[in-house]
Amino acid sequence: MKHCLVVDDSRVIRKVACKILEAMNFETDEAEDGAAALAACRTKMPELILLDWQMPNMGGIEFLRSLRREKDGTRPVVVFCTTENDVGHISEAMGAGANEYLMKPFDREILHAKLAQIGMA
Amino acid sequence: MTPADLANLADLLQRRSGLVVTADKARLIESKLAPIARRFGFRDAHALFAELPHPPEELARAITEAMTTNESSFFRDRVPFDHFRDAMVPALLESRAAKRRLRIWCAAAACGQEAYSLAMLLDEMGLAAQGWKIDLIATDLSAEAIARAREGLYSQYEVQRGLSAQLLLKHFTQEGTNWRIAERLRRMVSFRTFNLLDHFGWLGEMDLIFCRNALIYFDAHTKAVVIAKLAEMLAADGTLVLGAKESGVDMSGWAAERVRGIYTRPSAAQPARGRSARRA
Repeated sequence: MKHCLVVDDSRVIRKVACKILEAMNFETDEAEDGAAALAACRTKMPELILLDWQMPNMGGIEFLRSLRREKDGTRPVVVFCTTENDVGHISEAMGAGANEYLMKPFDREILHAKLAQIGMA
Repeated sequence: MTPADLANLADLLQRRSGLVVTADKARLIESKLAPIARRFGFRDAHALFAELPHPPEELARAITEAMTTNESSFFRDRVPFDHFRDAMVPALLESRAAKRRLRIWCAAAACGQEAYSLAMLLDEMGLAAQGWKIDLIATDLSAEAIARAREGLYSQYEVQRGLSAQLLLKHFTQEGTNWRIAERLRRMVSFRTFNLLDHFGWLGEMDLIFCRNALIYFDAHTKAVVIAKLAEMLAADGTLVLGAKESGVDMSGWAAERVRGIYTRPSAAQPARGRSARRA
């Protein structure tokens, strides 16, 4: 079973994403910001990370840059999952090491299609 | 919807497009025709049904278009596109090296996602810069869908289905919450409204034909007629791509590729002499 860490400061978004992922046979964990996500990754590096952009303590971009410097930090497939839906943000995320970009709002079909596209579903 | 209404509608659709409708879809039919009824000034879909035996041309066209399915997405089902890039086009580049011309037809193009997906792959190959002329023709029964395809403007939801972030950034520009296909790709595709029941002659010989998820809406006879016409248009060493889940299509006389839904003619193994005479 693949392990996914859902990083979002919205509890509702985390719950919805986890529910969809669990239906796709993922084991899920949640983190409410980048700092908590980094701590979680140091304990157990996931195969997949769904990552929000703006969060307190540590935002998505800062987390991603830190993650990629960690031991095994290049291993997780990182999908940015955010309402920042413009070219500038998408370019910045991809430049920072994201594997894919998912624009909110999304639904089960879109998430499934995106994960299938990157070989995670 | 009464059985007589359904019979009238079925007859109209069969004559005009080959589409088959069944009684179990009555609710869906009513929901699809309600906007048409309003547009043409009928009280509701039931009032429109009274016109079905002898509808004016404009109404008949609108009804037919409303009943078509324009559901699609970029790189839908992925595998045929990988095969296009990795096997079909490389083989053609070899066999067409002297003429340096490829002719590709998307026969059920819906709102253009399939044709633009092919255009992206062709663009990545840089064939134009190598002197290749590519005819990429995309047709659909629905004039509304073809107008949307020509416009090349897609919602956030549409671009997220099948497009990677890299391809989105490379081939689209953002317009508000929508995304517009690059002019370079838009110019690669010739879109045209076309009914698969009509004569194919104007198209000329094709090297590749994509006709995915269209035949599923036809009855067995219409499927056979369309497949025979597609075969006539296809170069002897050409490839026909149907939907992977297409059923009830008699493909005897074709060779199935290892990728589901992809067919060549057995004669493809023979040298392709004299075929150019058939090319329009």
